[in-house]
Amino acid sequence: MTETFSFNAESLDKVKFELSKYPEDRKQSSVMSLLDIAQRQNGGWLSKSAIEHVASHLEMPYIKVYEIVTFYSMYYTTPVGKYFVQVCTTTPCWLKGSDEVVKACKEIISEKQNELSNDGLFSWMEVECLGACVNAPLVQINDDFYEDLNYENTKNVLQSFIDGNLSPIGSQIGRKGSRAEEYVKS
Amino acid sequence: MAKIKVDGTEIEVRDDMTILQACEEAGREIPRFCYHDRLSIAGNCRMCLVDVEGSPKPVASCAMPVNEGMSIHTNTQKVKKAREGVMEFLLINHPLDCPVCDQGGECDLQDQTVAYGSGKSRFDLNKRSVEEKYMGPLIKTYMTRCIHCTRCIRFSEEVAGVEEIGAVNRGENMEITTYLEKSIDSEMSANVIDLCPVGALTSKPYQFEARPWELKKTETIDVMDAVGSNIRVDTYGWKVKRILPRLNEDINEEWISDKSRYACDGLLNQRLDTPYVRHDGNLNATDWNDALNECLSFMKNHKPDEIAFLVGDFIDLETSYLIKQLSESLNIKKIECRQEGVRLPYSDRSQYLFNSTINGIEESDCILIIGSNVREEAPIINTRIRKHLLNKNIPIGLIGEKFDLTFDYEHLGNDLNILKSISDGENNFCKILDKAKKPMIIIGQSVLSRDDSLNAYSLIEDIVHQYSFLDSSWNGVNTLQLSASRIGALDMGCYQSSRSLKDIYADAENGSLKLLFSFGADEIDYSKFQNTKIIYMGSHGDRGASNSDLILPSAAYTEKDAIYINTEGRLQYAYQASFPPSEAKTDWKIINQISEMLNLNWGFVTLDDVRKKIKNQYPDLFNQVSADRPYKRLLANKASKISFDNKEIGSMIKDFYLTDSISRLSKTMAECSQIRKELRNGKAI
Amino acid sequence: MLKAKDKIFTNLYGDQTYSLREAQSRGDWDQTIDFIKKGSDWIIDEVKKSELRGRGGAGFPTGLKWSFMPKDANKNNYLVVNADESEPGTCKDRDMIRNEPHKLLEGCLLAGFAMNAHDCYIYIRGEYFNESVVLQKAIDEAYEAGLIGKNACNSGWNFNIYLHRGAGAYICGEETALLESLEGKKGQPRLKPPFPANKGLYGSPTTVNNVETIAVVPTILRRGGSWFSSLGKTKNTGTKVFCISGHVNTPCNIEEEMGIPLKELIEKHAGGVRGGWNNLKAIIPGGSSVPMIPKSVCDNVSMDFDSLSSVKSGLGTAAVIVMDQSTDLVKAIARISRFYKHESCGQCTPCREGTGWMWRMMEKIAAGEASPGEIDRLLDVTKQVEGHTICALGDAAAWPIQGLFRHFRDEIEEQLIKKIRAA
Repeated sequence: MTETFSFNAESLDKVKFELSKYPEDRKQSSVMSLLDIAQRQNGGWLSKSAIEHVASHLEMPYIKVYEIVTFYSMYYTTPVGKYFVQVCTTTPCWLKGSDEVVKACKEIISEKQNELSNDGLFSWMEVECLGACVNAPLVQINDDFYEDLNYENTKNVLQSFIDGNLSPIGSQIGRKGSRAEEYVKS
Repeated sequence: MAKIKVDGTEIEVRDDMTILQACEEAGREIPRFCYHDRLSIAGNCRMCLVDVEGSPKPVASCAMPVNEGMSIHTNTQKVKKAREGVMEFLLINHPLDCPVCDQGGECDLQDQTVAYGSGKSRFDLNKRSVEEKYMGPLIKTYMTRCIHCTRCIRFSEEVAGVEEIGAVNRGENMEITTYLEKSIDSEMSANVIDLCPVGALTSKPYQFEARPWELKKTETIDVMDAVGSNIRVDTYGWKVKRILPRLNEDINEEWISDKSRYACDGLLNQRLDTPYVRHDGNLNATDWNDALNECLSFMKNHKPDEIAFLVGDFIDLETSYLIKQLSESLNIKKIECRQEGVRLPYSDRSQYLFNSTINGIEESDCILIIGSNVREEAPIINTRIRKHLLNKNIPIGLIGEKFDLTFDYEHLGNDLNILKSISDGENNFCKILDKAKKPMIIIGQSVLSRDDSLNAYSLIEDIVHQYSFLDSSWNGVNTLQLSASRIGALDMGCYQSSRSLKDIYADAENGSLKLLFSFGADEIDYSKFQNTKIIYMGSHGDRGASNSDLILPSAAYTEKDAIYINTEGRLQYAYQASFPPSEAKTDWKIINQISEMLNLNWGFVTLDDVRKKIKNQYPDLFNQVSADRPYKRLLANKASKISFDNKEIGSMIKDFYLTDSISRLSKTMAECSQIRKELRNGKAI
Repeated sequence: MLKAKDKIFTNLYGDQTYSLREAQSRGDWDQTIDFIKKGSDWIIDEVKKSELRGRGGAGFPTGLKWSFMPKDANKNNYLVVNADESEPGTCKDRDMIRNEPHKLLEGCLLAGFAMNAHDCYIYIRGEYFNESVVLQKAIDEAYEAGLIGKNACNSGWNFNIYLHRGAGAYICGEETALLESLEGKKGQPRLKPPFPANKGLYGSPTTVNNVETIAVVPTILRRGGSWFSSLGKTKNTGTKVFCISGHVNTPCNIEEEMGIPLKELIEKHAGGVRGGWNNLKAIIPGGSSVPMIPKSVCDNVSMDFDSLSSVKSGLGTAAVIVMDQSTDLVKAIARISRFYKHESCGQCTPCREGTGWMWRMMEKIAAGEASPGEIDRLLDVTKQVEGHTICALGDAAAWPIQGLFRHFRDEIEEQLIKKIRAA
């Protein structure tokens, strides 16, 4: 069932680009991007085979690559949902009601973090500060930020994925980037 | 040099020193866990914090270099508080395992807690625990105890050269482990047990065996290879519980190989503890009287040229001397110690020594290795080469099988004809040799034991004399021996110049050899001696004993005072740590008794008598070794028209863990061998 | 209050696109070649004149930092831009990257040239994926237009810019951890000395600067260092993008003059504190690493490095986290402690063990299950962590707790005692 992972043509192109950024004798610098490429090709998580493939590609000892996979939060070694919902609960988001966002996730996705939803579409987890604090609270779903959330519009965003009619990325209350909401009203 | 002040006292130190080293010079002990002077600086335990005037924060003394005029304080309140703080942090998650932890009594954490801790605990939450990790058959892990000093990681990467230990996860979840809990594939792996300051990495074979204060410690010499590593044998009663390295900057620094450390459980297995005589196909136990009488009658029944003496791998110098004396007294010419089958007509000891010395490796600027898997033949020497290579990126070339030596080298090829091309000046490596001022050549037994070794050796000597291998201050010619007895036996003359082991095989097969006296020689092919009577003197029931007709049990290396000369020609004294079992006797005494029964009137009463005699006859053996000893040429000229039919050089060591009678009878070595086979045949790196 | 003509970031909210053409219409990449012609000494002098201080949190004088780089032409110097914006409360670099990337790129060229570097790496946090796509597009545009690459802007100076994505580690915002991460290892900070200007990326001299620091450089050169230093206060000059979050009516990013009074900042730009200024309880003025200040201090303090240090806080990244009277401050700080425990790299003992212990003690206090004596213990532990670690994360973990108890200890003790009595 577990196939051996290896970079497909599209990934290899990306790999080539990444390797070109660093001096020739410093291939190791590209390990983080290669792991990301492998993770994307592998459906959002890194299998043992993927990790070993990256290690062989860069001629690095397996343990060194494994250290990197476990050190950085954005590498996952177990499968995640097709839509992976990361909820920021650090203080600036908490102050603006991230608990409500968590409540919505628990209702729609699953009670526990890192558990696939019943329809297999979602999984969610708490993450640390995502760096969009003036648009708090927010979630990151795969690569995109959905900001200015509350209980209602979080449910709407998640529902939009289920329906297939995705909500627009960014502020869910119509703000332009990090501009104060007042200006929108005027 | 830099003038600094340590606790008010002015002192002058080298300006490349760190504060910690400077404080040590000033006699101030600085506590530390992660710092080790043979590893790179990590600076992560934070135990070595000291006060430096002018710095608002305390400074990690292991990492900060000294500056002229620095004033350092090692015992202010700030420093004391810092140490108590770090100690407290280390102990909050450290399990209260002292009563069941092997490290107790020799634990850095215990010692430093007593000396620098606050004496009380304020932590009232739950301690975290970590699952044990498998790291191989030698290292028992209790990773809950780990304080993350990373010494093991640095050792594995820098000294052993295998990047197999790492720290996964982040923050308080950090765990030290190998990739997917693989066993560590290195001959030096168990040194991390010594390095680990707590009981996280302990010795698996020694688990729960003893407390350090119960053990008697004897400083002696290792014989599992020809390096002569300095060891300390810890015994409980007469049982050898464990073997640890002893500091010797010239040879093994602070390390020993896994075989030196763990083959010792073989000392308890299949010991020859009483003489045996074979009657009607069966070996029957008997007493010494009976056995020695049998021995004498065997010898008297045969003419001198029908008898051969073979000197084995663990025979000490004194015994080699007496064996040679015995052979001369009885006019027995067929004597041989070179179990590899070497047939070079040695005329001087420089022709079979590691002349540059192990220290000399660090002076060399180019190394050419010929037919030697240094990593398995002499792990300590390989480690030293690696250490020097990391320091100064010198060129290293290898002719032979492409062994993984843990460092990069230029593989010139597995073809003896390359020697010819270097000698003829046609190889690219010649340019490198040209530039070298202190090149070293390391010649392995796999070249010297070949039938065409004379040709190979003449090419080697030619190369050596073409480039700067030899001058008044440097001797770069090195033969790497495999066994502890070899140099001593060669120095005592236990060989025939123009013959080799293969000739003795031939004599046995054509029937001209009727009696073989094997002195612990277990590395030979006993199937050649089907029709020869065999007397075996040795400590273990290995190949020799099972094939013999008369067994004279002798003492193993931990059970006698003895002299061993290592591959550098360095004479070292080994001391008795334990006792030979039952009826087994010290080797030299057995030979001496035989001589008395033959009325040879040697006059030896004590071991000292023998040593005095040896010293009289061979005073040079007792000199200090140095890298500038002269080399005497073995072969007059380079042989003409050299060609090598079988050009590939083989490998002497089939299995690192099973190279001699003691290691073959060691359970630990058997396990290591099995696991290594699985590692290398299976998957992973 | 910052005048419109003094604003640097005219597209902070993305009213226009990031594209080169529109960036140029806003004034980017203008006179770049002239500045390079004036030479690296001139550039460093202008930046020194501007008294620009690093915008990444530490506030180290930028011109001085650049002058540490060796002038030896044979060395391989590197400029590294720290776009690993992960300090809770901070989200200013994000806007600069996605809406004004050409300011950053032009700044990289000028700064790189000034410090004798031909190569620049921008390390952007992994979570900013879409932003990294935009930035890479901007880099591609700049290469195509000959603004960077071989003979950048026809100056004769070759300059390459590479984008490196992180993968979720706050500690990689620490400059030496960032360099380790760039080299393909775990982001564990290095010991200093040696300093990056001496031994940095791949062992070569390196300067690591924050996005905002680099992005304001072109404008400083165009308008003059003395223009920049005419804004703000002495030694705390110029403009700053503030991120106002938490219990304000209209949280936002806003570029303002350095030294603006905190009250004015919040009331003019963030719609004031929720429920009125008197509903304010405390503010963390510079990102989660700096100690909080109570309302009494907020009433009068100015937003600059020195003013905030003098009230035992700090400007940090100028991420203003506002907390009103409804806030359970202990819970808020406990969550920050949890953040530091999660982000600790694990290398050194005090941080690895201490952040977890401090967090757990904070949780006990937050749950009301501690006695007042435990507060002393907690504060003692913060003192044991502070100053004893390899990098500043240890200090950053200790300070919020110290700030909390410095100003609100009595209130918290009262709560604890109430709970003990009720039990």
